[in-house]
Amino acid sequence: MFQYILKRLLSTLPVLLGISLLLFFMLRMLPGDPAQVLAGQMASQEDIKNIRQQLGLDKPIFVQYGIFLSRLAKLDLGRSARTQNPVIKEVWARLPNTMLLAVAAITLACLFGIPAGIISAVRPYTWIDYLFTSMALFGISMPVFWLGLMLVVIFSIILQWLPAGGTGSWKHIVLPSFTLAAFVVAFITRITRASMIETLSQDYTTTARSKGLKERVVIIKHALKNALIPIITVVGLQFGLLLGGAVLTETVFAWPGLGRLIVDSILARDYPVIQGTILIFGLLYILVNLVVDLLYAYIDPRIRYA
Amino acid sequence: MRQDSLLSILNLRTRFRIYEGVVTAVDGVSLDVFRGETLGVVGESGCGKSVTALSILRLLASPPAEIQGEILFDGKNLLSMSLDEIRQIRGNSISMIFQEPMTSLNPVLTIGEQISEAIKLHQGVTRQEAWSKAVEMLRIVQIPSPDIRAREYPHKLSGGMRQRAMIAMALSCHPRLLLADEPTTALDVTIQAQIVELMERLKEEIRTSIVLITHNLGLIAEMAKRVVVMYMGKVVEEALVEDLFLEPLHPYTHGLLESIPWIGRKMKTGRKQLQEIPGMVPSLLEIPEGCRFHPRCSRLIDICRKEEPPLVQKDGRRVLCWLWK
Ligand SMILES: Nc1ncnc2c1ncn2[C@@H]1O[C@H](COP(=O)(O)OP(=O)(O)OP(=O)(O)O)[C@@H](O)[C@H]1O
Ligand code: SF4
Ligand SMILES: [Mg+2]
Repeated sequence: MFQYILKRLLSTLPVLLGISLLLFFMLRMLPGDPAQVLAGQMASQEDIKNIRQQLGLDKPIFVQYGIFLSRLAKLDLGRSARTQNPVIKEVWARLPNTMLLAVAAITLACLFGIPAGIISAVRPYTWIDYLFTSMALFGISMPVFWLGLMLVVIFSIILQWLPAGGTGSWKHIVLPSFTLAAFVVAFITRITRASMIETLSQDYTTTARSKGLKERVVIIKHALKNALIPIITVVGLQFGLLLGGAVLTETVFAWPGLGRLIVDSILARDYPVIQGTILIFGLLYILVNLVVDLLYAYIDPRIRYA
Repeated sequence: MRQDSLLSILNLRTRFRIYEGVVTAVDGVSLDVFRGETLGVVGESGCGKSVTALSILRLLASPPAEIQGEILFDGKNLLSMSLDEIRQIRGNSISMIFQEPMTSLNPVLTIGEQISEAIKLHQGVTRQEAWSKAVEMLRIVQIPSPDIRAREYPHKLSGGMRQRAMIAMALSCHPRLLLADEPTTALDVTIQAQIVELMERLKEEIRTSIVLITHNLGLIAEMAKRVVVMYMGKVVEEALVEDLFLEPLHPYTHGLLESIPWIGRKMKTGRKQLQEIPGMVPSLLEIPEGCRFHPRCSRLIDICRKEEPPLVQKDGRRVLCWLWK
């Protein structure tokens, strides 16, 4: 088990390397010169040249990548071009906010999506099934920023129940997590419905009923437990989507997380921070998938890792 | 219904409303299961054997299933019971064994859990007591090291062992009626023999009646006393096993017997080619007019094409055929 985890973690290194390579070169294809942005409109050629030297941007791009990698090997993500703070510090300061938002959103989405999917599967093609299906569709078809803005208009401006942005109390997280949850709940509802319909029609479900078990026990203990594998797979995948969605949501709600850090850094052409944050996103995503795979073994006794 | 009848099915009609139309999978079946006896039910694939069994415990999803008629168990109609009442009976006084030991056990629950949950439910004992009873059942069905096996998941067991576990589960509450739907079909021949032996022995011990569903006439000969032959949702013949084998009345039964190799028959009737029943079972959506067997029958007479045959009683046997009118 421990060996398996170690193996999995080591095997993520090439993936992260791939991400960094793509990212590194793509960033540098963006229009705009970081030195120019940093120096401001009024800077002289001389100033810009100095800044470029300071950032190491005067060297050939492959050399730059080499330097980046050798630092990365020492777990050094460099310093922000904008604030001069170590990137790791910038990321570390915002990571908890993003995690909080993501976890709150995925929890909300599961709390709605899994029961809705189960009810839909137990009563397929009834009004309640259609109701949940259309609610889920509604959630997925609305752009995240638009839904965010609408929620702000209704709950912050008109009703004045909840703050429009920022952090501080539990009230601050309601609207952003709701917005983000709406984005992923559809997938969770659909997969729960589909896999429950499947497991409810299996022979072992009939066996369970033939024992005289209550329908609730048949559904939860016998059918749902078997349906969990596809459900948690999707939840894990959605986590990646959530991180993407966080970029928009955090911007709309002025939520000081990694998503906003990326946006701000892109605007400032702050290469080290962009690189560092996206690498952390990649790592998070990989870790979540590892957790999902470990959960498989916990849920399904047929799956064992050596 | 006779005095000693434990289960009495009267004019059971089970229909499925599907996209293409209405399928009448069981069409007016009547039969009795007496106390302590094993009743065999035979017929080709799709003739409605499983649907009959599932109808008894009301295990068919409805919709699409629609069940009519009467199923008297101990004099009480199972079809008019509330869901709670029928749940009291399921797994308790009537239990069921299914064909596929590979798929009918839940892969994510331990064997012991799956057996003990029924015991706990119906006998009102604690978890621990139910568990030790489950282990005891595993011992009774001769699973080696039952206390270890109880903690294992179904995938660790072979097909034969799983079917033993299914039998342990079905018999754990000492049912008065066991519905065994092709209990040995999915198993190797040697394992089949072991399972048959086991069922025979347990039947004596627990004194349960059995409805043995199969298309294996050899199994019927071995285990059942009486046999019901079904064709396209109808009972076409009913007789004591030895009568049926010696002198099948219905042309379909005749065909069934001709289509299987018989050890010993050679001596009585001389070497004979195995005969297949010609033609295929028609779709339940296009039931032939008159006798539904007539497109495949070699002995049909004029009336067979036009009118449904009556159920003829003859020497305590029943046969659905014009020939015996
Ligand atoms: N849920 C269902 N919906 C629609 N039709 C069904 C359903 N279940 C069974 N049937 C139909 O009812 C008929 C009888 O099926 P049944 O399973 O009882 O056959 P069987 O005699 O048990 O056959 P086998 O020997 O293959 O098990 C078949 O034609 C089948 O297609
Ligand atoms: S009624 Fe006619 S067609 Fe049907 S089985 Fe008898 S002889 Fe054959
Ligand atoms: Mg069947």
